[in-house]
Amino acid sequence: MSTEVNNIRELAEREYKWGFITEVDEERVPRGLNEEIIRLISTMKREPDFMLQWRLKAYRHWASLEKAQAEPKWANVKYPPIDYQDIVYYSAPKKKPALGSLDEVDPEILRTYEKLGIPLAEQKKLAGVAVDAVFDSISVVTTFKTRLAEKGIIFCSFSDAVQKHPELVQKYLGSVVPYTDNFFAALNAAVFSDGSFVYVPKGVHCPMELSTYFRINAAETGQFERTLIIADDDSYVSYLEGCTAPIRDKNQLHAAVVELVALNNAEIKYSTVQNWYPGDKEGRGGIYNFVTKRGKCLGVNSKISWTQVETGSAITWKYPSCILMGDNSIGEFYSVALTNNYQQADTGTKMIHLGKNTRSTIVSKGISAGHGQNTYRGGVKIMKGAAGARNYTQCDSLLIGDKCGAHTFPYIEVRNASARMEHEASTSKIGDEQLFYLRQRGLKAEDAVSMIVNGFCKRVFRELPMEFAVEAQKLLSVSLEGSVG
Amino acid sequence: MSLLEIRNLHVKAAGHEILKGIDLKVDAGEVHAIMGPNGSGKSTLAQVLARREIYEVTEGQVLFEGKDLLAMKPEEAACEGLFMAFQYPLEIPGIGNAYFMRSALNAVRKYRGIPEMNALEFVPLFREKLKLLEMDEKLSNRSVNEGFSGGEKKRNEILQMAVLEPRLSILDETDSGLDIDALRIVAKGVNAMRSPERAMILVTHYQRLLNYVIPDFVHVLVDGRIVRSGGPALALELEETGYATDEPDAMPA
Repeated sequence: MSTEVNNIRELAEREYKWGFITEVDEERVPRGLNEEIIRLISTMKREPDFMLQWRLKAYRHWASLEKAQAEPKWANVKYPPIDYQDIVYYSAPKKKPALGSLDEVDPEILRTYEKLGIPLAEQKKLAGVAVDAVFDSISVVTTFKTRLAEKGIIFCSFSDAVQKHPELVQKYLGSVVPYTDNFFAALNAAVFSDGSFVYVPKGVHCPMELSTYFRINAAETGQFERTLIIADDDSYVSYLEGCTAPIRDKNQLHAAVVELVALNNAEIKYSTVQNWYPGDKEGRGGIYNFVTKRGKCLGVNSKISWTQVETGSAITWKYPSCILMGDNSIGEFYSVALTNNYQQADTGTKMIHLGKNTRSTIVSKGISAGHGQNTYRGGVKIMKGAAGARNYTQCDSLLIGDKCGAHTFPYIEVRNASARMEHEASTSKIGDEQLFYLRQRGLKAEDAVSMIVNGFCKRVFRELPMEFAVEAQKLLSVSLEGSVG
Repeated sequence: MSLLEIRNLHVKAAGHEILKGIDLKVDAGEVHAIMGPNGSGKSTLAQVLARREIYEVTEGQVLFEGKDLLAMKPEEAACEGLFMAFQYPLEIPGIGNAYFMRSALNAVRKYRGIPEMNALEFVPLFREKLKLLEMDEKLSNRSVNEGFSGGEKKRNEILQMAVLEPRLSILDETDSGLDIDALRIVAKGVNAMRSPERAMILVTHYQRLLNYVIPDFVHVLVDGRIVRSGGPALALELEETGYATDEPDAMPA
């Protein structure tokens, strides 16, 4: 082991006496990725051995994939090669220095916050400005935590879960997205820094929407996030991820993993509004959002529902999927993906039907503007044992202007003759005449486009929790700015 | 000052001259009918006045309440009080009819510095207009024009006119495709809007609508020019003789 690494480990362990590791001088964490780095991460996080072993296996798998140049290339997106040895793993998410005041924040981002009507205190938090104690409102969080604890619901950071509930983590970690799943899932498993953990006990209906907003350190989990949600028998939980304002973040690559497990009669609703930095108008910069999200309907009559509004990131590569194992289980996917300027999105879902009478619904709305490229990629598989399975897919594309693109790749594989499949698809363009109609009624061109787009997305917005839906609409309008004349 | 004054208007579309020197004055309180055969330029004239940007104005001037209409964007013309009922109204999937009309009304109010209306304030107004046009309240929450019959779409245009209360309304072939009952209802809506402050231009191919909405003036447009103007009797005469005798070279000197 290099002395450098030794020094860091010492430092890490010393700092831990004060119970916190963010004090580590991240500049001293070496760039690159090797087994030593993995061990270091695990040590810094004081993880039990099973975690370290799992990370190491993941790393070795990833290293073999990297050697074989097995980074997935099938997605309909283009980007220069990523140098995985040039990334500072683990410390990178902690790297954002708090800014002194909002004056130091990019005025473009501030303008967007204003348009979205985000309160000043929240703006500061999103932009990475040091926030005062009032906003971190201990009382809100405490009340919130007390209410959840009364119900036996565990909602904490992934790191906390590893310390306090190792048996649950060990049982379910990688059970839906194994580290062997794909290149980025393997990378995440090896180096993930933190994320969220939720466990809802048997028979408990979670009394509120769980949002990362309430978890103080959630905003800092960064680049390689990992979320695990388990809904035990007869339980219900709705989880909100993300925020509706652009997050100041210099990291280029985000490779997150989300695993959901629904046991008998359990229901999980997972909503995402993703608005990472999309790059500038010429397509410079922006986040690569390469995410693996999957839910397993393990129990009978269970249900997993994904709703996503994706407007940010330079590149989005994301397929929230459902494995429908339990008989009568239900999988749903509602998606709005918008690409403007030079953004690229390759997104969709997979519905794997294994159990009897399993049902899935897919509603995908892709909007392309500017030079944006938007791809829907879907896979519906009805396996042999899935008697009476049903799928309904609706896949619509909306084009704004003549330099953007919409692409659709629906794969359907049916191995049981009793399956019923429906697929509807449409492509439309916001036409000159339609815009003229709205403008003739007094609406400005941009407002007219927003209105048409919001109408187009209505079916998906209906699935979002109320406040989220309102913000998502505003967000679409902001994201579409400059897309017309 | 006239409400609308068109002076020597020449308009090209895709390289072809369609309007070849139109002169027309419309004063407040007047209803003008513009009639003519297919392809004479009636709809082009309507769309140019509503500021559709695909046409090229090569010559002439249009003043709307003394302001240069041709310098306005479509939304500016609309907010200044110019409305066009479309020959083929468009659909806006996912946007409720009432919501759309309130948004339009508020855009106009905002432009004029009048406070915007919230949904509660808007409902009574909207109900009253629905009643005038004998429209089902169910249509208020359905997406704009989506799944509407041809007649419902046309009525919906007049409903929008009634909500927005424009100074000048241009009705582009609003009568086409209407059965006799729908025609009567549309005419009722149009007549209810007649007032000394407002003017209307009815662009139509047939005389039918003019039985219900009696115009003050009738103009005959042939090949991009107004070849005849007269009172309501002219429309009846055209119904009998057709447009053929109005070819420019057949005109009396």
